[in-house]
Amino acid sequence: MKIVVCMKQTFDTEAKIAVDANGKINKQGVSLIMNPYDEFAVEEALRIKEKTAGEVTVVTVAGPEGQDALRQALAMGADKAVLVDPGMDEIDEFTTASILAKAISEIEYDVLLGGFRAIDDGSAQVAGRVAEILGIPVVNVITKLEIADGKAVANSEIEGGSQTVEVALPAMFTAQKGLNEPRYPSMKGIMQAKKKPMDKKVLGDLGLDAGQVAPKVKAISYFLPSARAAGKIIPGEPADAARDLVKALREEAKVI
Amino acid sequence: MIFKLSEEQELLKKTVRDFAESEIAPKAAEMDEKEEYDMTLWSKMAEMGLTGIPYPDDYDGAGMDNLSYAIAVEELSRVCASSGVFVSAHTSLCAWPIYAFGTEDQKQKFLKPLSSGDKLGAMGLTEPSAGSDASSLKTMAVKEGNEYVLNGTKIFITNGYHAEIYVIFATTDRSKGTRGISAFIVEKDTPGFTFGKKEHKLGIRASSTYELVFENCRIPAENLLGQEGQGFKMVMMTLDGGRIGIAAQALGIAQGAYEQALGYSKIREQFGKPISANQGLQWMLADMSTQIEAARLLVYKAAYLKDNKQPFSKEAAMAKLFASETAMAVTTKAVQVFGGYGYTREYPVERMMRDAKITEIYEGTSEVQRIVIAANILK
Repeated sequence: MKIVVCMKQTFDTEAKIAVDANGKINKQGVSLIMNPYDEFAVEEALRIKEKTAGEVTVVTVAGPEGQDALRQALAMGADKAVLVDPGMDEIDEFTTASILAKAISEIEYDVLLGGFRAIDDGSAQVAGRVAEILGIPVVNVITKLEIADGKAVANSEIEGGSQTVEVALPAMFTAQKGLNEPRYPSMKGIMQAKKKPMDKKVLGDLGLDAGQVAPKVKAISYFLPSARAAGKIIPGEPADAARDLVKALREEAKVI
Repeated sequence: MIFKLSEEQELLKKTVRDFAESEIAPKAAEMDEKEEYDMTLWSKMAEMGLTGIPYPDDYDGAGMDNLSYAIAVEELSRVCASSGVFVSAHTSLCAWPIYAFGTEDQKQKFLKPLSSGDKLGAMGLTEPSAGSDASSLKTMAVKEGNEYVLNGTKIFITNGYHAEIYVIFATTDRSKGTRGISAFIVEKDTPGFTFGKKEHKLGIRASSTYELVFENCRIPAENLLGQEGQGFKMVMMTLDGGRIGIAAQALGIAQGAYEQALGYSKIREQFGKPISANQGLQWMLADMSTQIEAARLLVYKAAYLKDNKQPFSKEAAMAKLFASETAMAVTTKAVQVFGGYGYTREYPVERMMRDAKITEIYEGTSEVQRIVIAANILK
C-alpha cells in the first residue's frame, strides 16, 4: 500500500501572532510545528504502512524551513519526503493544491491523507482541491479508517453526527482529532531520518511555471482581532443583581 | 565557534520537550507528593529510545552524541527533576561503565537491555563512611573459585530497588587502597542482595533512593568489570561523564523555574500593574536568564569535548558546579517572584527549589568539583 500525506508547517499553537510594520504577519522568531491535524494524518499513514508493509511519502509546499516538519514525519517513520518550494511569498489554496496534485501525480499512491484543516488559515480546502484535481474521491473529517481489499471504510463527521462511508481506492481522507494518538519520534527514528530521501523541488522540476499556479486570492490587509473588553460584574443581592442583569441584557447588550 | 544545534539535536530537543510537557509534567507534582515514580513513564521513555541515547545501535542504543543526551536530560528536568536523574543515573552511572569497560559478552548481556530500556540500571558506590572520599570503601569482594562473594552496605543509591542491573564498587584487596577497588555487575534478585531502607528526601522525591545490602552475595566471576584493581579509575571516569548528566539536570531545573517565574511575573498584578513592570523584578529575571545561558554553554561545551574525544574532566566539573549553583540560585529567586504562592505546592517552583539542592551534592559535592577543577588547573 502506497500512502501519501499532504502536510503543512504552521505556527506553534502557542505562538504570539503580530502584524509587522508592512502590515504582514510577523514570522520572525516564531516557532514552527507540523500542523496538528496533519500529525493525525501521518500517524494514520504509518499505521496503514505497518499493517500492509506499505510506504509513506510526505509532501509539503513550503520554503526551505518546511524541511523541519518533513524531518519530523520521517523521524516518526515515514519513508520519503518531498518539498516543493513555490518561490512565492503569498500563496492561496489554489496554488498549494495545484502544486501538491502535480507532485503527487508523479508518485504511486493508493491512499492520500491530510489534516482536515490547518490551524493557521483554517480554510479546510486544500485536501479536497487536490482530490478534485486528481479525480479521486475525498472523505472529509474522518475519525476512523479501515482499509481492506482495495477499498476503505471510514467514519466521517457530519453536521450533528457521523456517517460510515465505503469508498474505492485511491481516495483522499482528511483527519480529524480522535482518529488516533500520534506517536513521538523515537531517538533512532531521528537518527534514521537524515538518511531518508528528502526530495527538494522547485516549480520547474514539476513542469509548472509561476503563472499557472499564481494565487487567485490576494490578501489586502491583515489585522488582529480587537481586544476583548473587560467583563462586567454586577454587584448586590442576588435578586437585585439578577434584575440589573436582565436590564443590562435588554438595554445595553440588546440580546433579549 | 558555531553556537548552533544540529538538525537532529533540534528535533530531539523538540520531541523530548513535547513528551515531557504532555506526559510527565501533569504527573510531576503527584509523583513528588507520593514519593513514587510512575513506571509507565519509564516504558514510554524506553519506547522512544531515551534509555540509551549515547550508545551505538549495535547495543540497542540510539547512536546519538553526548550533547543530545545532555539536552534530553535538560528537557526532562525542566518539568521533572526526578525524571532527569532517573535517566541520568541509568545512562551515565550504570550503562556507561559497562559500555566503556565491559567485555563483548557483558555488553550483550547487560548493556543491550539497559539501552533498550528493558531493564533499569543503577550504580552503587557511596557507603556510610565513604562519601566524597570514595577510596575508603568497606564493601568487600572475595574471590572463591568461579565466584566473588560480596559483603557490605551501599547507601543513597539512586534508582535503587527499581533497577535490575547494578554496577557495584567493592574492594578486592584492602592493603592496596584505591588500587584494590574493583567493579562488579550485580543483578537484582541475586541471593544475598537485599534492599535496606528507602530514603525520604527534601527533593527529587519521585526518584527512589535505597540502601543496598550484600550478605554473602555470590556473583559469577565473569561479572567482574575490567580487571581487579581498576575500579577506582572507573569510578573517576564514570563520575566525569555523570557530571555532565547532573549538570544538564540542574540546567533543566533552572530553566523550568525561570520560565515559570517569567510567565507569572507578566500576569500577576500588584499596585495596578504586572509585577514584571518593576525594575527590581526585571533585574532578578535578567540575572536568572544570564546565569542559565552561561550554565548552558558550560554544559554543552563539556558534552562537546566528550563527543570529540578531548579531555573534559575539568569542564564537566565546572559545568556541574556552575549549573547546580545556578539551579539553587534561580529556583530560590523563582519562589521569591511567586511570593506566598511560590511557597505552596500549588505552583511547581516550590518543588523545583527542593529538587535543585541535590544537584550541589550528588555525583560530587560543589566542594569536590572545586577540588577537581583546582587539581586540573594547578597540575
